[in-house]
Amino acid sequence: MSTLTSPRTETPPAAPGLTAAGREARRTKFLHWVAVHSLAIAAALFFVLPFVFVFLTALMSDQQALTRDLWPDAFHWENLRTVWETPGFLTWWKNTLLYAGLGTALTLLSSIPVAYALARFKFRGRNVALMLVISTMMLPPQVIIVPMYLFWAKELHLSGTLWPLIIPMAFTDAFSIFLLRQFLLTIPKDYVDAAKVDGCGDFRALGRIILPMAKPAIAAVALFQFFYCWNDYFGPQIYASENAAAWTLSYGLESFKGAHHTNWNLTMAATLLVMAPVIILFFFAQKAFIEGVTLTGVKG
Amino acid sequence: MATISVGLRHKRRKERLRNLAFLSPWLIGVSVFFLYPLISTIYFSFMKYDGFTPPVWTGLKNWRYVFTDYPFFWPALRNTLWLVIIMVSLRVVFGLGIGMLITKVKTGAGFFRTAFYLPYLAPPVAATMAFAFLLNPGTGPVNNILGSIGLPQPGWFNDPAWSKPALTLLALWGIGDLMVIFMASLLDVPQEQYEAASLDGASWWQRFRFVTLPNISPIVLFAVVTGVIQTMQYYTQPLVAGKVASGIIGGSGQQFEPGYPEKSTLTLPQLVYHLGFQRFDTGGASVIALVLFVLAMVFTGLLMRRGSGFLATDD
Repeated sequence: MSTLTSPRTETPPAAPGLTAAGREARRTKFLHWVAVHSLAIAAALFFVLPFVFVFLTALMSDQQALTRDLWPDAFHWENLRTVWETPGFLTWWKNTLLYAGLGTALTLLSSIPVAYALARFKFRGRNVALMLVISTMMLPPQVIIVPMYLFWAKELHLSGTLWPLIIPMAFTDAFSIFLLRQFLLTIPKDYVDAAKVDGCGDFRALGRIILPMAKPAIAAVALFQFFYCWNDYFGPQIYASENAAAWTLSYGLESFKGAHHTNWNLTMAATLLVMAPVIILFFFAQKAFIEGVTLTGVKG
Repeated sequence: MATISVGLRHKRRKERLRNLAFLSPWLIGVSVFFLYPLISTIYFSFMKYDGFTPPVWTGLKNWRYVFTDYPFFWPALRNTLWLVIIMVSLRVVFGLGIGMLITKVKTGAGFFRTAFYLPYLAPPVAATMAFAFLLNPGTGPVNNILGSIGLPQPGWFNDPAWSKPALTLLALWGIGDLMVIFMASLLDVPQEQYEAASLDGASWWQRFRFVTLPNISPIVLFAVVTGVIQTMQYYTQPLVAGKVASGIIGGSGQQFEPGYPEKSTLTLPQLVYHLGFQRFDTGGASVIALVLFVLAMVFTGLLMRRGSGFLATDD
């Protein structure tokens, strides 16, 4: 087990005439390697096998999905088509894209200037503002849902749509502000000061100088927000449940299970189709994502 | 002299306008979507209101009802305590372990990192559905395998004693966020300290105890406190798991009483939905919401008092 915390040292090039001590050291190193990688493989099984079982079951026939079999007798790829062509599925897909796409765009547009002001401008009440941002970031959405629902449903008659979820994003998102601010603090002030000497205003300085430098943080915020909307279950449950034409994938998936009660194969095929886009997106933007996660915790 | 102060005042005013311009989206947002509903929730907690007839003042009646007569409140609080003690600590220990493992892996590091991280990205509803299938007592692969090697086959999401452990398994599966945070902080530990400890003949446990842990303790604390706050928000997984396992799923979900099996998966956020949107008891839902608010703010306060860079400025 000593491998777990031993320092990472480079393997020295093998000397031509190995002494007994050198052989012993190489043997220990090899055993460390075996121990670490066996553990890693065991862990990988825990993380990957659920995906594998979901995938295999999704391709089983209706009859076989009722058995305890793990491996499909024949691969029924048409299950994916069946799910895709289920009435409503395409609509949920479009709704989710609208919610996630528009929500992300509005969040970025509204949150970047606020994050910049909180990172750079000096004004009275700045710390109070920052504490409010962190408090709202940590707030369970259920705390304010009763008056918010009354507001959107009774005052503005927007229940049965996703607008009560999208519109607030035009008025910033706390987590995005926080993450962007943490990043903007790391950009040296001199860049903006120099631009101001050249007669650049604050908005111009933000757009021309800061934004290009903050690309990694902006990418991370965009991804997080997109994923948040994509995964959101509570919001659509509150505002869209009464109108199936406004459902999102996360919300619709559950009713899919209701409609195909005994068919784990079709339910798992639908589950796969809901997971796939986020996972594909991750492979395209892996670096930005990991940077964002570390920014929230480590730099904080 | 006079002209200077006029110029200064002019500059100040311009700055104030600029600040206002940059901050205005947030000022509106925090007022309309945080302060107003918070005050309104406090107001409703003293009212009887079903959403149709006008609200009536009832004093502390809602509060008394929730704390003494509402049969779901204390089970939900007990479950939350269970989750805080067991799920949060297991997540931190497992996250640290996986983070340490990934910093040691030399061959295939990219593959392992991606494999360990991916489940974190699975949408909660989809991940819960997947686990409801994997762990279903009838045909699920997990019990299938347990049975074939002669181990007992628990009822998981269908057994009140096993539903929270099943949720914990699901939470450990999605450890990716903690793994990345721990990984980054472990790589920041100065190597010289390990080398010095090794020269002094420290065992791996001593190196962990006296070098690794002191260096990453702020991150451990961060993980614990954010874990507790996330537990206050724990909603989708227990609700969906209960619905799928009980077989009661409808489009509107109105008929499902949360907590299946036997209130073992109840959490506080579910009670807000249950009272406010299934029973149309706005007052009771507001009381739960305020309890939730106070709990969340206590732990957020802890996080901010930690005094590190969370509130740091550059001047």
